[in-house]
Amino acid sequence: MRVTCTVNGEPAVADDVWEGESLLFLLRERLGLPGSKNACEQGECGSCTVYLEGRPVCACLVAAGQVQGLAVRTVEGLAGADVLNPVQRAFLDAGAVQCGFCTPGLIVAADDLLRRVPSPGEAEIREALAGNLCRCTGYEKIIDAVRLAAARQSGAAADQPAAEWRSGGAGQPGATGQPGAARRSGPGAGNSAAAGGQSGARASRPGETGDSPAGQAVGGSR
Amino acid sequence: MVDINFDRVRPPALLDLTGISELAGWSCDGGVIRLGAGVPYARVIDELGGRLPGLALASRTVGSPQIRHRGTVGGNLGSASPAGDAHPPLLADEAVVETESVRGTRRIPIREFFTGVKRSTLAPDELIAAVHIRQAPGPQQFAKVGVRNAMVIAVCSFAIALDPGRGRVGTGFGSAAPTPRPATGAEEFLAAELAERGLWESRGPLAAATVQRFGELVASAAEPIDDVRGTAAYRRHSLAILARRTLTWAWQSYREEGRRCA
Amino acid sequence: MPADRGAVITPTAGQAAAGVGTDAPRPDGTLKVTGEFAFSSDMWMADMLWGATLRSPHPRARIRSVDLSGALRLPGVAAVLTSDDVPGRGVFGLEVADQPVLAAGEVRYQGEPVAIVAADHPETARRAVSAIMVAYQVLEPVTGAEAALRPGAQRLHPGGNLVRHVRIRKGDPGATADVVVRGSYQVGMQDQAFLGPESGLAVPAEDGGVDLYIATQWLHVDQDQIAASLGLPAGKVRLTLAGVGGAFGAREDLSMQIHACLLALRTGRPVKMVYSREESFFGHVHRHPAALTYEHGAASDGTLVYVRARIYLDGGAYVSSSPAVAANAATLGIGPYQVPNVSMDTYAAYTNNPPCGAMRGFGTVQACFAYESQMDELARKLGLDPVEIRIRNAVSEGSIMPTGQVIDSAAPVAELLRRVRAAPLPSTPAPPGTPAPPGTPAPPPGTPAPPPGATGGDGGLDLREMPGGVSNTTHGEGVVRGIGYGVSIKNVGFSEGFDDYSTARVRLEVMAGEPAVTVHTAAAEVGQGLVTVQAQIARTELGVERVVIHPADTTVGSAGSSSASRQTYVTGGAVRAACAAVRRVVFDRAAARFGVPASDLALSGGKVVSAAAGVLAEIAEVVGGEVIEETVTWRHRPTQPIDPETGQGSAHVQYAFAAHRAVVDVDTELGLVKVVEITTAQDVGKAMNPLAVAGQIHGGVAQGLGLALMEEIQVSGGVIRNPSFTDYLIPTILDVPPMNVDILELADPHAPYGLRGVGEPPTISSTPAIVAAVRAATGKALRRVPIRPGDIAGL
Repeated sequence: MRVTCTVNGEPAVADDVWEGESLLFLLRERLGLPGSKNACEQGECGSCTVYLEGRPVCACLVAAGQVQGLAVRTVEGLAGADVLNPVQRAFLDAGAVQCGFCTPGLIVAADDLLRRVPSPGEAEIREALAGNLCRCTGYEKIIDAVRLAAARQSGAAADQPAAEWRSGGAGQPGATGQPGAARRSGPGAGNSAAAGGQSGARASRPGETGDSPAGQAVGGSR
Repeated sequence: MVDINFDRVRPPALLDLTGISELAGWSCDGGVIRLGAGVPYARVIDELGGRLPGLALASRTVGSPQIRHRGTVGGNLGSASPAGDAHPPLLADEAVVETESVRGTRRIPIREFFTGVKRSTLAPDELIAAVHIRQAPGPQQFAKVGVRNAMVIAVCSFAIALDPGRGRVGTGFGSAAPTPRPATGAEEFLAAELAERGLWESRGPLAAATVQRFGELVASAAEPIDDVRGTAAYRRHSLAILARRTLTWAWQSYREEGRRCA
Repeated sequence: MPADRGAVITPTAGQAAAGVGTDAPRPDGTLKVTGEFAFSSDMWMADMLWGATLRSPHPRARIRSVDLSGALRLPGVAAVLTSDDVPGRGVFGLEVADQPVLAAGEVRYQGEPVAIVAADHPETARRAVSAIMVAYQVLEPVTGAEAALRPGAQRLHPGGNLVRHVRIRKGDPGATADVVVRGSYQVGMQDQAFLGPESGLAVPAEDGGVDLYIATQWLHVDQDQIAASLGLPAGKVRLTLAGVGGAFGAREDLSMQIHACLLALRTGRPVKMVYSREESFFGHVHRHPAALTYEHGAASDGTLVYVRARIYLDGGAYVSSSPAVAANAATLGIGPYQVPNVSMDTYAAYTNNPPCGAMRGFGTVQACFAYESQMDELARKLGLDPVEIRIRNAVSEGSIMPTGQVIDSAAPVAELLRRVRAAPLPSTPAPPGTPAPPGTPAPPPGTPAPPPGATGGDGGLDLREMPGGVSNTTHGEGVVRGIGYGVSIKNVGFSEGFDDYSTARVRLEVMAGEPAVTVHTAAAEVGQGLVTVQAQIARTELGVERVVIHPADTTVGSAGSSSASRQTYVTGGAVRAACAAVRRVVFDRAAARFGVPASDLALSGGKVVSAAAGVLAEIAEVVGGEVIEETVTWRHRPTQPIDPETGQGSAHVQYAFAAHRAVVDVDTELGLVKVVEITTAQDVGKAMNPLAVAGQIHGGVAQGLGLALMEEIQVSGGVIRNPSFTDYLIPTILDVPPMNVDILELADPHAPYGLRGVGEPPTISSTPAIVAAVRAATGKALRRVPIRPGDIAGL
């Protein structure tokens, strides 16, 4: 099937989508957005957290077809052109990133919290992030990061960084200088196979089999 | 979706119900809430905490914030798991499940809905449209035992709902029998106690022996098993404790309401 | 391909250079927060196929026949391979190659790989796997270490079921004492549960070799094993580290590496393999479950006289790193205490349980639970304070370990204990049922709980403060607070004479008028912040701000494993040494040019500075258009093997110590625990990056908490009953409390910068500290971890 939706403010189309694919698979394997992660694919870790119509959900629990005509925002869509989102910035500054696998999901969840509750208390922060597992940090610096982002957003912090910066840009020794290169995560230093945008069916569909005809409703399936 | 992600289930087709607005809302008519099957737990917590406190308490314990934006009471009923968090309060509230099919509409009392482990009276061509629940006529409580503090499937769970107007006590427990169940023996015992001692009217204190016996009767209604999450012995033990504690809190609220209104 | 091509950190005005000892930011941090960092499961390549694995459902069986036809028939399937298709060595392994690449003839654990498939869509690959028909003759599994070692037990490997027996004999084996405490303890099987699944991409190369992009802990040991099984020279098996989503020991052994390469070479196309979470539980080794029996003898003033112990480690189906785990448990098995008479036997055995190997702590976790439980029991029996009895027996610099090794640098065990004891207690009040101030013995069992509702109605209550949290199981009823302590000793680095080294290539050149350094090692960044530290070292040693970390790959020599808390020490040492070599070249040039002795020079702030004459020149000016590159292989001081009869030998490079205090609130009726606070005191020698050090300590404590209260792979008859995050529970943010960290920096003169390994110590004594706190609150013996609610409730 074809799925048409809006991802990070841009129209996105994927063809030959197998109906059993999740939104997570769609994002990662068809739309060139592997930022949302696949730590469990059963809704138990939050590493696939994305915004769907403005609410944080586990993308692994949404069937690809369910986002037809809807708006999705992923971690890749939180930063501005050259400026990190305050939550992203705070995660960096507070030391809340170690292996980073939980980070995208946590950033979306934390971003959602701070939109709704600009100055959350500790218990509130913990309850809002209770759906995101982290194995590296023990959560301590993640909570520091949320507090830091909240403080900065309210203008209370005196030490706002004067300029944002991003790595992986031009001027790196040996870098290809392709802005989109990192997104496709192609392997190999300087490997030009890494180029690409968001179009095209990156994954093929599985062959047909003779499954039984009984349909199955999916909606609030948990 | 979990079963599809892990290839346990390979249905030939999926039907997306999230776009059907008739399922996604709730309404109140004559003191009865009609809760659409597609209303996510997050909205139950935010919008129905006052009218359906037991269900809201249970909703708060479901999964994670992300799950609560997508998971629904209708979905919980559809999977009919003995561990479903919404089931005990629905049992305690004596809710009614409304189903739809091309053959028409059915109303199924919740206490007749569950028929076996992950089985219900739902026919293969039926959809759960809504569940009808009386606005709480009295204090309600819900408690769930889990080994960690979030994203945990109940080792056992218990709900209680007091109905002073009709002199009834509703209960429901989960993860301690092949299906979610009410503890009818405990309900009858307690209702009789409250009536005989005139406690609905007087709002006097509950005797410790009453609370103790209530807990025992709830535990004896259970048919728990040993599994990876807990032993049968622990389930019986903890169910009795949950029953005693939630009754105590619900009754305490009832007493305090009386003092406020006096 | 990890997109950590190096952050250019442009300091804002006034910011100090991000060198050693600073909270330098991660060079890969920005990519990680924008979701652009390429983890191994994010890789993609045109024409790529997906691999999948058929695994044995039985813990022990003979394979009678394998029918691949159903899989081969499916459209989209490009290859189906079995053991017959392994061109080189049919087995692999870290210490001993005893594990089949693909099972041939028999399977020894549930989940053992039998066949692999490559197809054009992961769903097709999975369907193909289901279509393979294997006829098994199911055999009775051997499911316990002690049972496996009894005479007459079924032999699971040609050499029998004993993997290793480590003996420690010191002093008088018949020593007696006034007070004796005996205990038997059990540690369940913990899982590393890293979030990034096993995954990688194998790309066949034109030269008949293969390029593998992989998440792993040691590129070169993977390369050796892969090359052997592919029948290729190592030079044709090129590995590049892809982004690693945590490791904690689980990536030391191979998972899908050889499989993906086999499929890639067979099909001539790139092959990606990503394990599902469920498959992951079968796809890597776990922590050894252990049965430990200890006997402590002490004088009436609490001074230890002897320790006797017997430890059984269940190694599961294949050897992995069990011999080293056994040695660690044995040589560090009585804890950081001075004991004149020690007699210990540690056994690692083969069984048909899931294979076990490295997990953070590596044998010392199991022993620590036992010896710390014993110390508390001794304290109780003697009426002594649990911290005092530990301080009384603590080792210090100069102490002799039970192996005869002398502790030749700071060992501040007593100080660490004093610090955790003195740390302020949490400000949230103890529940009304809590009896006593800290340090007093636990209340006797039967201390009544407060009456129901004593804490008031729902008005003033925050459920999130209670055991059970918003699941609303208590409003204070039955809740009692307890406090407990633990202290541990860990080795840093590979031991017993292992040739442990790392290699670093450092390059200095001028780019856009500025000096720039590239550091290239094969060291695996697994989240611990190794890339950050390498850059910090280069900045400090070369006085250059702009440092890029080259992707880790096999084009440079081995860095050794990211394990044993060794990388900052050993790879840090190699980077420092390579920088020193580069620096010498710069000094030689400057000396020649300016007529100043090289010994007079330093590099700082981008400049060459003379002690006598001040700033001589910009580094860029001295380097000019040349590239100065040096590669150094660096070793720490050697270690010795241990004597097979007595365990005597200076087997370890360095010791590291940490102490913990845990405060818990326990619902004593339901058996639910809320950890209120954990304080850690740890000597890190030199905090290379204080922010990162704290993060490692927090993470280690959380894993210790998990083992104490909730984490266990439940195995029954060799079958895993809970291979999912639904039922293998790791702590959420609502389970881990606020954690305080007190860092000591007592330099180890033998180590670069005086540093000590950081990663493992926090995960070792956190577990027994929490258990001790629960014992204090409940009076229950609790001889097994993880504690189950029924254990507290007395069921």
